[in-house]
Amino acid sequence: MTRFSLGKYLLPTYVFLTFLFLMVPIGYTFVFSFNDSIKSNIIWRGFTLDNWLNVCDQADVCGAFGNSLLVAVTATAVSTVLGTMIAIALVRYRFKFRSATNLLLFLPLATPEVVMGAGLAAQFLDFGWTKGLTTVIIAHVMFTLSFVVVTVKARVATLDPALEEAGRDLYASPMQVFWKITFPLLLPGILSAAMLAFALSFDDFIITQFNSGSVDTFPKFVYTAAARGIPPEANVVGSFVFIVAIAIVIAVQVRSALKKRKLLSK
Amino acid sequence: MATEFIARGQDLELKGIRKEFPGFVAVDNLDLKIPAGEFFALLGPSGCGKTTTLRMIAGLESPSKGEILLGGKDIAGMKPHERPVNTVFQNYALFPHMSVLENVAFGIRQRKLNEPLAKAEKALAMVELEHLAQRRPQQLSGGQQQRVALARALVNRPSLLLLDEPLGALDLKLRRQMQIELKAIQMEVGLTFLHVTHDQEEAMDMADTVAVMNQGHIEQLGSPEVLYDRPKTAFVAKFLGQSNMFIGKVTETNSETTSIEYKGKKITGLTKRSEKVTGVIAIGVRPEKTYFHETQPIDDPGLNILGPGEITDIRFTGVSNQYQIDIPGIGVMTVFAQNIGRSPVVELGAQVYVSWKIEHSFGLSDLPSGVEEEQ
Repeated sequence: MTRFSLGKYLLPTYVFLTFLFLMVPIGYTFVFSFNDSIKSNIIWRGFTLDNWLNVCDQADVCGAFGNSLLVAVTATAVSTVLGTMIAIALVRYRFKFRSATNLLLFLPLATPEVVMGAGLAAQFLDFGWTKGLTTVIIAHVMFTLSFVVVTVKARVATLDPALEEAGRDLYASPMQVFWKITFPLLLPGILSAAMLAFALSFDDFIITQFNSGSVDTFPKFVYTAAARGIPPEANVVGSFVFIVAIAIVIAVQVRSALKKRKLLSK
Repeated sequence: MATEFIARGQDLELKGIRKEFPGFVAVDNLDLKIPAGEFFALLGPSGCGKTTTLRMIAGLESPSKGEILLGGKDIAGMKPHERPVNTVFQNYALFPHMSVLENVAFGIRQRKLNEPLAKAEKALAMVELEHLAQRRPQQLSGGQQQRVALARALVNRPSLLLLDEPLGALDLKLRRQMQIELKAIQMEVGLTFLHVTHDQEEAMDMADTVAVMNQGHIEQLGSPEVLYDRPKTAFVAKFLGQSNMFIGKVTETNSETTSIEYKGKKITGLTKRSEKVTGVIAIGVRPEKTYFHETQPIDDPGLNILGPGEITDIRFTGVSNQYQIDIPGIGVMTVFAQNIGRSPVVELGAQVYVSWKIEHSFGLSDLPSGVEEEQ
């Protein structure tokens, strides 16, 4: 007896279409990074590697990309260190205003970016600070910090305090316990928090727009360029970032799969 | 300093230890002395303060008051990593990111002693796990993890080894096996062991001395035999096995015997086995020290005789039968009779008398809780 199964055909089709929908813009960006364009990069004019090989000929693209990288790396480093310390403190210690801190950390996650960006811009104006890379980095640390705290906190919560106590019992000073036990065990959480912070910072537009002054970041550049036709070099940078991100994800997956197999085979 | 270690156990002495937490007192004025090389058990229900006591000795909690002397030296102000004390934690607390061998070598590496790996291998050999040295702790069974935790602590040759319910997570069969191994290892290394547990069988089985703890203080301290045979408080009597308890006013007492009147019946014990001989006291007897008779036994000043009563429940427990006998005007008594073919064969509903020798009675210093309704 055969029975028409909804799941057998409909579900895979639906999944396929969803993926297609998600992938088309990315695929378009990637394909058109190889377009031998003249003025605008909308009509396909033939394949070339020039855009990839001479990506920095379009000075603005590379400059903006470099700025974005600099901001993202610095902001990620600062917010990961600060956020990890805050996360450990919030889970491990009891102190005054602990629950208030917990609550306030969620505020930046809930506040609309426009409001936060405008508010920060007003603050910087108040202080008389010139808008530039420094103000962008400060703004990015501020809004990525909450994400880092929330991510690392989840990891700290699953860390058995007895492990740290065992370290202390086995002649390790508090500092040694942190670097030999706490840190290695929190590392996966810290790394994913850092990746999240980097991704958020790298492609942030709204907050950056309010606080960067004349400094161009990659998202800002693309936004401005979109008015007159995005140069293919922007597609190159976008595709490059996408490939790096996918490569990292695949590497992590392969590594954990290998580790699992190693554990099981023994 | 932590680098100078003595390869044998040391005396531990607690003097007037008190630990307050916000809202309650976990340990109250505790005095304790554990001679070097002894296997000592702190036994009590959860929340009695035994784990807090252990954590204060390890340095993971600091006492609100009192001294902790190890080998005569006060260690109360020392940090955990400065104390020559190691702990086997309840859930083992093995480091998941290190191999079994690295786990065991951790303490040696921290103290920067020579040949950490060779020493760790030797310690693993002692617990018969050298073939698993390169595995991760997660790959081991519960019993194996327990032995790694033991090796990780013992490799440091601490003056005092603390065991925090180390067998609690194991199943019954494995627990019995580990008890035997643990005891053998303690005899072999000659270290002072302080074992915290809520399992009275485990404590009685392994320890030279048992301290029964309740509500932050020690109720009674002694060898397992003494604690079982002559409990001094109602708590100890109830916590270590079962007992039949009779509460009444003392009617006569002399240098030999002390008697109370319990619901019109006279119950006698030896004066030297009574903590209190005036006013209302509790006299108890263990169920296996009692006998039942199908006919009324002849009156004997050396025997307490109650009955007749009806057998309301018979429970087969393997080596013995457990009988519940409801004696009108007295209450329900529990009697254990060994299945060695010597006890009378009785059935449910049979009328029997119960007796026990007066020297098997024990008199308590306090009354069981909820005593008003029984009087």
